[in-house]
Amino acid sequence: MRELVLMLLMACAAALAGAQIAPAHPAPSSYEDPALEARVMAVAEELRCLVCQNETIAASHADLAVDLRKQIRNKLREGQSPQQILDFMAARYGDFVLYRPRLTTGTLLLWAGPFVLLLVAAVALALNIRRRRAALVARDLTPAEAARVRALLDEPSSSTSTAP
Amino acid sequence: MKRYLLPLLIFVVLAGFLAVGLKLNPRELPSPLIDKPAPAFSLPRLDVPAQKLSTQMMSTQEMRGKVWVLNVWASWCGPCRQEHALIAELAKTGAPVVGLNYKDKPADASAWLVELGNPFMTTVSDLEGLVGIDYGVYGVPETFVIDRAGVIRLKHVGPVTPEALRERILPMVRKLGA
Repeated sequence: MRELVLMLLMACAAALAGAQIAPAHPAPSSYEDPALEARVMAVAEELRCLVCQNETIAASHADLAVDLRKQIRNKLREGQSPQQILDFMAARYGDFVLYRPRLTTGTLLLWAGPFVLLLVAAVALALNIRRRRAALVARDLTPAEAARVRALLDEPSSSTSTAP
Repeated sequence: MKRYLLPLLIFVVLAGFLAVGLKLNPRELPSPLIDKPAPAFSLPRLDVPAQKLSTQMMSTQEMRGKVWVLNVWASWCGPCRQEHALIAELAKTGAPVVGLNYKDKPADASAWLVELGNPFMTTVSDLEGLVGIDYGVYGVPETFVIDRAGVIRLKHVGPVTPEALRERILPMVRKLGA
C-alpha cells in the first residue's frame, strides 16, 4: 500500500516537472530598441490573445499575437498613446480583449458584485448577532442547578480531577 | 425543513448559471463590428496579374449598393476546406462572395482555388493580415454579411455549417436583399 502511494506521488511529481518544461516566457521578437519594446510589452500585457484566450498578447506565440504586437509597435512609433491602442483593439475585437474590463452597464455587476455580496453578508451577520442577543435571556438558577454549583465550588481542589 | 430552503435555492441558481455556461461556446465572441461600417480596404486581386494595374485592385467602394459576403480564408486553413462547398452554395443562391485570402502565399491560394473550385466573385490578398486585424479576424475562416450601405450585419466565426448557412446567413442575406 505504501509503495502504491509513493509511486503515485512520484508520478505526480514527474507530471509537474514535465509541465514546467514549457514556461510562460514572453514570446521573443527581434528588436533594436529595448525601451520601445518594454512599452510594447506593457501594452501587450493588457490585451487578451483571442486565439488562446487565457494568454496575453505579450505571452502568446500565436500568429495573431505576433501580428498584434507588430501593430502595437508601429502605433507606439507613430506616437499613439497606450490608451489609443487599447481603444483600437477593443473597437475591432470587442471589450473581451481588455484584461481590465471597462466600467459599463454590462460590467457593472462584475465591478460592484463583490461589494454587494460583502454588504449582504454584513447585513446577514448583523441580523444574526442581534437575533442571538435577543435570545439570551438572563434567568435565575433552578434550586437543583444552584445546589450542583455549590457542590462543585465546595469540593476540595485535590478531588476536582476525579469529579465526573 | 425551512433551513434547507435557502441552500437549495442557492444551489438551483448556481446550477442554472453553470448549465447555461456549459452550453455557451467560448470561441463565439460578440463582435463590436456588427452594425458598424465595414472597414474600407483596397487590396490586390488574386485572380488578376499585377501587370494589369487598372483592374488589379479591388476596394470595398465597388460593393456599395450591393448585399455581399466577405469570406476570410487561407489555403493553410483546414476548416476552410470543410466549408468550401457551403460557400459555393451561398455564392450560387445568395449574394456575391468576396474572398479575403488571409496571410497566404498567392501561389498556394491560386492552386487551392483550382483544386476546390472558385465560388468567389473575386479574391483579394491580405498578405500581412492588416485588413484581417481591421475586421477583428481571430479565427479563420470568418464570414461577414455586409448590406447595401456597407454596414456589417452578421459575422460568423469558424467554418460555415449547414445550420449556420440555413438559419443565420441565408436569412440575413434575403432580409437585406428584399
